[in-house]
Amino acid sequence: MHGGFPHLCMNTPASETRLYERIARATCKAMRNAEIYLPDDVKSALARAADAESNPVARGELDNILQNIRRAEELRVPLCQDTGVPVVYITLPPQVPFTDEILQAVREGVRQATKKVPLRPNTVDPLTRANTGDNTGNGMPAIHVKPGTAFTITVLPKGAGAENMSRVAMLLPSQKNRIAEFVVETVLVAGGRPCPPVILGVGIGGTFDQSAALAKEALLKPIDQMDAFEQELCTMVNRLGIGPMGLGGSTTALAVKVNQAGCHTASLPVAVNVQCWACRRATVEVEI
Amino acid sequence: MNPVALKTPLGDEVLSLAAGDRVTLSGIVYTARDEAHLEMMKHGIPFDPRGAAIYHCGPIIHHDSVVAAGPTTSARLNDLSGFLLEKGVRALIGKGGMGTRVRDELRGRGVYLAFTGGCAALAASRMQLRGVYFEELGMAEAVWILEFNEVPLVVGIDSEGNDLFARVSERADSAFHAMFAQPAANTKSRRPA
Repeated sequence: MHGGFPHLCMNTPASETRLYERIARATCKAMRNAEIYLPDDVKSALARAADAESNPVARGELDNILQNIRRAEELRVPLCQDTGVPVVYITLPPQVPFTDEILQAVREGVRQATKKVPLRPNTVDPLTRANTGDNTGNGMPAIHVKPGTAFTITVLPKGAGAENMSRVAMLLPSQKNRIAEFVVETVLVAGGRPCPPVILGVGIGGTFDQSAALAKEALLKPIDQMDAFEQELCTMVNRLGIGPMGLGGSTTALAVKVNQAGCHTASLPVAVNVQCWACRRATVEVEI
Repeated sequence: MNPVALKTPLGDEVLSLAAGDRVTLSGIVYTARDEAHLEMMKHGIPFDPRGAAIYHCGPIIHHDSVVAAGPTTSARLNDLSGFLLEKGVRALIGKGGMGTRVRDELRGRGVYLAFTGGCAALAASRMQLRGVYFEELGMAEAVWILEFNEVPLVVGIDSEGNDLFARVSERADSAFHAMFAQPAANTKSRRPA
């Protein structure tokens, strides 16, 4: 595991602490790891893109990004000043009941991470815009729970620049061939704003809300492998030539990842969740 | 080609830069976001604007040092930058490019320099804090005096009206039309599937 400030988000033996505290610490640690250390698959994809890029401006942008990733690791600071809002995914083993305590403990972990990493307080009331100061709020962070074999906490801190470029389309069942067009158009409309090279999470099917959740969950998948459909979408996006930061080049997207679900016979929902190059995600297991 | 080394205060050397050129910038630079621009319009510019460079950035400052200082979206300042260029500012630094109004205001005067978005740690390692104006505006909106040490930038808009962002965006439009044979940014179903 990565090193770091020894006093931060320490693991204490399970026997000595309450579950609440262990969950809070695991959340804090996952947030810290996600903000400072990019996953290896994302780093490799960026390095491969830099090697393949012939446009000197694009190459320079990718070199800056790679250098920034190294600096963040050395200095143990968040790699981007937009530390995002946390999206949290939990797996629960059969012996751990799903209780409100778990949700409260995750919120506590986010508050701790905000102070200790530190994170920029980004969470506000949607209408008054009053900042809560600790990155929690009404319904925030979003927490998704699924059954599993181990108690794990996965965080996906999501910055606003890329999130704001995300879209959902309720296509007609006869418009299957417009899926690719909608995906590519989403990137065209976004241009340099989401800090490309981007990673696209695409959700196809489900209901209106489910398609967006599928798209976001697709961003948790490793990006070093794409199936034929994902590769085809990625190639089309890269044909736009928007390039790193919108300055031109052959790398507009590092990867496209697709999730599907069944849907109504009269529907074809498609969601595109745009992720900047800083695809931050980390998982920490909670001792039980 | 090696990047062109620039140092503030800037002079006529910026007029020979072309969109797409890579440069490094050293010397004193002033951060300014929306509130700082409005404040300077109302109460005057607190530093000598001649040859100055303005950085669109809301840094994280902790114990008098720069923790994170990546660029913010410059387009928010499209209508607020003219007075700075009239007073002698030679470079605007940020991310994402600026509008046609700024492109015109830069003609014969200065350049827009793009810094890689999200590179807050790299930025912090190349910048030192030298002072502050308008601290009462808060950390994000204050005018911080930063000393740049060879910060790597790209000329996004040059002093002759060439705009790299606009050029890339036009090419992306044509590539999209070639793939899907219809205008962009229109998601309505006009075409039977």
